[in-house]
Amino acid sequence: MNALQPLLEIDSLSVAYRTPRGSIDAVREVSLSIGRGETVAVVGESGSGKSTTVHAIIRLLPDAARITRGSIRFEGADLARASGPALRAVRGRRIGFVPQDPTVSLNPVQRIGVQVAEVLRVHGLADRRSSARLAVEALERAGLPDAAVRAQQYPHELSGGMRQRVLIAIAIIADPQLIIADEPTSALDVTVQRQILDHLDELKRERGASLLLITHDLGVAGDRADRIVVMSQGEIVEQGTPEQVLFTPQHPYTRQLIAAAPSLNARGAVVHREPSPEARRSSLVLQGRPGDPFAEREAETASLALLSSTSPAGEPVLRVDRLVKEFPLPGGARGVQRAVDDVSFSIERGRTLALVGESGSGKTTTARLALRLADPTSGAVLIDGVDVTRLRGSALRQLRRRIQLVQQNPYAALNPRLSIEAIITDPLRAYRLGTPTQRRRRAAELVDVVALPSSVLHRRSSELSGGQRQRVAIARALAISPELLVLDEPVSALDVSIQHQILELLSGIQQEFGLGYLFISHDLAVVRQIAHTVGVMQRGRLVESGTADEIFQNPRAEYTRTLLDAIPGRLATTL
Amino acid sequence: MPATTTNRSSTVRYIASRLGQSLIVLWAAYTVSFIVLYALPSDPVALLAGGDATDVTPEQLAELTAQYGLDQPLVVQYFLRLGGVLRGDFGTSIATGRPVSEVIGEAVSPTLQLAGLAFLIAVLAGAGLAVLATYVRGRSLSTFLLGLPPLGVAIPSFWFGLMLIQWFSFQLPLFPAMGDRSVASLVLPSIALALPTGAMIAQLLSKSLATALGEAYIDTARAKGADRRRVHLRHALRNAALPAITMTGLIVGQLLSGTVVTETVFSRPGIGRVTATAVQQQDIPVVQGIVLFAATAFVLANLAVDLVYPLLDPRIQLTAAPRRRRQASVPSHAEDPVTAEPAPDIDAVLEAAR
Amino acid sequence: MSETTALLPGTAQHADDGFGATAGDRFQDAVADRASRSAARPTWTSRFRWFARRPAAALALLWLLVVLVAALWPSVIAPGDPLAGVPAENLQGPSAAHWFGTDQIGRDLFTRVVHGTSLTISAASIAVVVGLVVGSVLGLVSGFAGGRTDAVIMRAADVLLAIPGLLLSLAIITALGFGTVNVAIAVGIASVASVSRIMRSEVIKVRTSAYIEAARASGNGWLRVLLRHVLPNSTGPVIVLGVLELGGAILAVSALSFLGYGAPAPAPEWGALVSGGRDYLRGAWWLTTLPGLTIALTVLAANRLARGLDSEGTGRR
Repeated sequence: MNALQPLLEIDSLSVAYRTPRGSIDAVREVSLSIGRGETVAVVGESGSGKSTTVHAIIRLLPDAARITRGSIRFEGADLARASGPALRAVRGRRIGFVPQDPTVSLNPVQRIGVQVAEVLRVHGLADRRSSARLAVEALERAGLPDAAVRAQQYPHELSGGMRQRVLIAIAIIADPQLIIADEPTSALDVTVQRQILDHLDELKRERGASLLLITHDLGVAGDRADRIVVMSQGEIVEQGTPEQVLFTPQHPYTRQLIAAAPSLNARGAVVHREPSPEARRSSLVLQGRPGDPFAEREAETASLALLSSTSPAGEPVLRVDRLVKEFPLPGGARGVQRAVDDVSFSIERGRTLALVGESGSGKTTTARLALRLADPTSGAVLIDGVDVTRLRGSALRQLRRRIQLVQQNPYAALNPRLSIEAIITDPLRAYRLGTPTQRRRRAAELVDVVALPSSVLHRRSSELSGGQRQRVAIARALAISPELLVLDEPVSALDVSIQHQILELLSGIQQEFGLGYLFISHDLAVVRQIAHTVGVMQRGRLVESGTADEIFQNPRAEYTRTLLDAIPGRLATTL
Repeated sequence: MPATTTNRSSTVRYIASRLGQSLIVLWAAYTVSFIVLYALPSDPVALLAGGDATDVTPEQLAELTAQYGLDQPLVVQYFLRLGGVLRGDFGTSIATGRPVSEVIGEAVSPTLQLAGLAFLIAVLAGAGLAVLATYVRGRSLSTFLLGLPPLGVAIPSFWFGLMLIQWFSFQLPLFPAMGDRSVASLVLPSIALALPTGAMIAQLLSKSLATALGEAYIDTARAKGADRRRVHLRHALRNAALPAITMTGLIVGQLLSGTVVTETVFSRPGIGRVTATAVQQQDIPVVQGIVLFAATAFVLANLAVDLVYPLLDPRIQLTAAPRRRRQASVPSHAEDPVTAEPAPDIDAVLEAAR
Repeated sequence: MSETTALLPGTAQHADDGFGATAGDRFQDAVADRASRSAARPTWTSRFRWFARRPAAALALLWLLVVLVAALWPSVIAPGDPLAGVPAENLQGPSAAHWFGTDQIGRDLFTRVVHGTSLTISAASIAVVVGLVVGSVLGLVSGFAGGRTDAVIMRAADVLLAIPGLLLSLAIITALGFGTVNVAIAVGIASVASVSRIMRSEVIKVRTSAYIEAARASGNGWLRVLLRHVLPNSTGPVIVLGVLELGGAILAVSALSFLGYGAPAPAPEWGALVSGGRDYLRGAWWLTTLPGLTIALTVLAANRLARGLDSEGTGRR
């Protein structure tokens, strides 16, 4: 085989899906090639067809999908037309596949070692004994500590990062020429992500294999790939080296993606962008008093007074003091675990505090304590200087008028049976505020603020996209004119460009109406766009806090530095 | 070794707690049957005396009532009978005068044969159909195969038994239509008894398999180059069988109650016939004995499942402490160790069985 | 694969903790966006098309409607007298004059089956109502309240589940005596336990959803959360369950009347008809086959309809 010939050559590939609504082209005339030892990153958002293209290579498509045209040449054979046995000979042996979500990609009732060794057994490369041994070796090469012990364990006994390493071991054990990694780190914490990607690089270099990396993160692509391929709506819109694509993007979509990518823009000084024109609205939302949008407008300067931080007592809108939340250990063992350990912070009016941490850091629990959706074990929560820690019953309900919540998953946060209008006005109904006419008018205003067309009011949530649903959730949170919004990972479930829009919307609303935000996120890069102050949490403790500038430019704690280093997209800073 | 002793003592604790719970269930079953049978209005003695009680003198009626202890206040009766049950005395049959334990005791063996064979048929045929239906490629073939279980569930077992008799006893004289004298006489009744249960197993397992086949680890297996058979049996079935196993108690109960109809249709002796007769004669002590018998069978089946299931599903832990495996010195890293009760999700099973 | 399989009905999505969206959701969004910009509200034509695409469910519904008509106005379908027989015409096979043949005293079997419909169906309906009402309330209270209430109710349901349904009905029949109504009550009570468990798991599924937390955060009190958010989302499964239970109830009711515990002869309950034909099995096959076939078809139709409704509901979710 000629060493200059590409390892994999996809030519005019088209894949269509049969759905109840007719045939949909998921992939349209895609052509790309991968050379030996090369790393190619395919970048795109949901529905771009990147995942379908890559699954088509090893023909792991669902039954409803068909390759309608094109060829996939690999080692002299056309995989698009290959027979079952021919494909099976290639899968796992010549092409290794690392799937996306490690929590569900391993058989829960089989031991790790067995699952890794299965590759060798299936291809007849080793007998039972030697395959077990080789499996442990592969696990070690994939970077799994205590490989021999882990091989005897079951998937549920391993953490997400460890499981991903197991999946990598499965992909490389038979020494394939091509490794395909489908978003191998999107389900993992930021610090682990970097280790996994480093390891993949190393393995690939060791074996001289090629790596086809799918990702939605341009930063990752920029760091790791020799070539970047950008896909949108089933087509390739741009290809090139990272320098070419990131610094001289040709296609408008690429430019849009670069502008929206949080990781690429997470270096340098913090810049609070001006909100786009559509986020500017009149001060209708803060009619009346906070918590009572239909009350008499007190003065023309009402909104201005709220914008300045000279509230009646100069108090921050939210202050938590030495919060602790303990949970009993699972399974009835004695002892407790501290999900939140001595956390204190305060949020001024019109300012955003971002709480950042990986999974298990306690940030979500803290948010729920602040909202009084849970009771703290000890410590105090003060709203506007008033201690609300022990509030119950109707007093607690009244508190809800001043703090509202926007949740992480827009696909589950809206009642599927209600119309959008009913959803948005639900808080008003809960407190019996306003006449039906007033409520309807308010719903229309709010929908305007979040930049949705008014026709959306009569729809159901199932008819809206994720980004639209999140806007509805924000509108609902604003309905009662709160003073503080708690946003629990509000953009994590959204695509990159939508993320960007929502963050812009949120900062626009804050600038306009003087709301305070408690913004929870696992992604430091995302937070940069919107935070004034940042708190970093690890294992329940607040490891460091300070202004956004301080955290991003001069982090003091080592953990913070680790988090910052783990943000991909270093290339973008080498200007 | 400290690790193994912890393991053993926790297993003992687990077994002990399951046993205790089973006893509570049995006691509760006794209470429920007592409430239903003794607290609700009925007059069994009058029935025994000829249904009409006009030709029986009030004194004779009172004597009969006292003889069966039906004149005492309910609460007293409850404890008296409970005491009897604990001693093994399940009362006396009103219709025959014989001890209930004897009446049931002699009927157990033929029913066990029938139900045992039916169990085997139901499991093998039901599971086999489910595996086959989810394995075949052709869409029309798999649709056809998947359409069979709903058919089986909809067919009344008494009617099916009669149809079997007609086709295989009368039209084609292959098997005897009634009685229990030969091994051949076991065939038709056990097929009739197995039908609804087998269909239910097939439905649950095929739904379970379909779900399992959509899981991500199936893709991983296919990406390894595994062939269809390996993927289907080693990966999908291995996982899909688990919820089906938790159904064993329900299956046993269903088979037992099915004997009432089947033994009647095929004129076989057994628990079912005893029940049918007892209900006909409103023979309360016998009916209560049958109910307790069925509850015991259910409880035993569940106990067996509880003991076996954790061996099959490594995610189930018996205690709070993380599992220790042989020389594992590394603590388990699980984020959420599953500590569910090992008869998990009977709700999902009930839903899927529907 | 994770993205793409989510688009197809009936395939499992990736596990998440219930609060995190999956890649499948986003993919579904993106593709759906491309496929149709605006979704119309269901109109009559689109509802009709729904049925046209599911011929089996449509047939099932049609059959059930026929059965309903037979139950309410039997004379419309079979104008004869189910109790009057012409002895000279006894034991005749199915023919143009007697669609289902005649029985041993010359009664037209078809007429008897049609007139027996109301007996069987009304008994089954009462059973379903009893089971559904009691079971749903218990399941709702149990699932919504949680804690001790839940534990107590579920323990009770566990015990009832230990006694097989048919045996429990038989015990109740023993106590109450025979007759159509008693059969109905017995079957209904026997189904309470499983209905309550299913309802409870539905309620728990809803109660732990993100939008319930949102409703609480919006300031709704628990009563309002229950009425406005939990109940409307739990009623869909109840309807499906009700239809399924109807099928099961018809089977149980006819089994009990087959055994002789239903209405006394000559009431043409379906089960009793099958039982009555037993003695003539060798010669007059139609006496057992055809009523039994009617039972099977009706139960099949109910189950099919329930499955159709169920997949429609989960598809939308």
